[in-house]
Amino acid sequence: MAKITYYTHDSKTHTIDVQNGLTVMEGAVQNDIPGIDADCGGGMACATCHVYVKEDWLDKLPTKEDGEEDMLDMAYEPKQNSRLSCQLIVSDELDGLEVTIPEKQT
Amino acid sequence: MNKTDVLIIGAGPTGLFCAHQLGIIGLKCEIVDNLDKQGGQCIELYPDKPIYDIPAVPECTGEELTNNLLQQIKPFNIKFHLNERVEELKKAENRWHVKTSGNQEFDVAAIIIAGGVGSFEPRKFPVKECEKFEGSSLFYSIKDKTIFKDKTISIFGGGDSALDWAIELSNTSKVNLIHRREGFSGAESSVQKVKELNDQGKLNLYTKYQMDSVSGDNQISSVNIKHDEGEIKELKSDFVLGFFGLIMQLGPILNWGLNINKKTVEVNTENFETNVDGIFAIGDICSYPGKLKLILSGFHEGALAARGCFKYARPDEKLRFEFTTTSKAAQERLGVKK
Repeated sequence: MAKITYYTHDSKTHTIDVQNGLTVMEGAVQNDIPGIDADCGGGMACATCHVYVKEDWLDKLPTKEDGEEDMLDMAYEPKQNSRLSCQLIVSDELDGLEVTIPEKQT
Repeated sequence: MNKTDVLIIGAGPTGLFCAHQLGIIGLKCEIVDNLDKQGGQCIELYPDKPIYDIPAVPECTGEELTNNLLQQIKPFNIKFHLNERVEELKKAENRWHVKTSGNQEFDVAAIIIAGGVGSFEPRKFPVKECEKFEGSSLFYSIKDKTIFKDKTISIFGGGDSALDWAIELSNTSKVNLIHRREGFSGAESSVQKVKELNDQGKLNLYTKYQMDSVSGDNQISSVNIKHDEGEIKELKSDFVLGFFGLIMQLGPILNWGLNINKKTVEVNTENFETNVDGIFAIGDICSYPGKLKLILSGFHEGALAARGCFKYARPDEKLRFEFTTTSKAAQERLGVKK
């Protein structure tokens, strides 16, 4: 279990306990946190679960696969701290992770 | 006016197989799709990638799956209306009148939405002012490349479309290629070619830059691009092209009075009908408890929705359950009766 904090574009903060093994994307979708569309359902085939990861977490996350970086090319306003939340699998090590959901996904 | 029994919206695998199921039970259908070819996401997103979970097919690509489905529905001579998006539905007594973006009209007994995650639209620049220039000096696809001759073009993106157009247009135009990182998702050979052209001064490559702003009166005159580190460069440009792939938008489907939940259409699991009589939804676009977004689920949903259409198309007849192995009627429809 890890506490994940999602900052949504309406300036709200949602801190959720997400079970180990789920993805950061699933944590958002299952708790109706707005702004994560996840059109492809977690298959790294769209870029609609794009989030900005808080800078000090960047090095602690598993590195991106090539496919993720390719999909981020398609994201709305990608930045250096951009990740696809469907590729971030929750474990105890992610306890305290903070992500910001972009203004929109398309 | 095209008159038929059922209109299928979406020519992806689910829509194609549903057409087969309609054909088997003796109903006619036509298919509309916003893309220029059949196959839906299979063709648009992963034509060459293998699929391993089609029952009885250990491995096939998106393209092979599409071709096999087209082969399977050949006996029914189904009419396709590609490059058309369904815009309007109107109930007309017991039938539906449908209008597309290309002003095609249909008169049908039932509608099956097999629209995947909506219609594919180009992804656009996040910069607001871009809208003002869209269609005149800023484009997301190229229809007539002759307008770019001897002009300065700034191309954004790192996939095959961006690379291919940068290479091609560099023959007749001054090309800037701008991409947000050093790696590209396009073919390695194209990346090498772009780098060669950049070294020879035949093209200007800017990596780790993204669009910051565009300016101009009626036409674009320049684009500002911003480096990861914050530095801004001004590029004189007559045209701007953005190639960021396609996104899926539900579009007009939102206006048809259907119960929509998180970009999907709610259906029952008996025949995949929506809350509106005579409108069905199958495949990735439909939702119900336990929904799996798999092609095989779409096939099942299509088989049931096709039978659900029967009472609207043939209100005075009764549908009998039959196997294709033994049904004379089905075999006649398939053109295989000995």
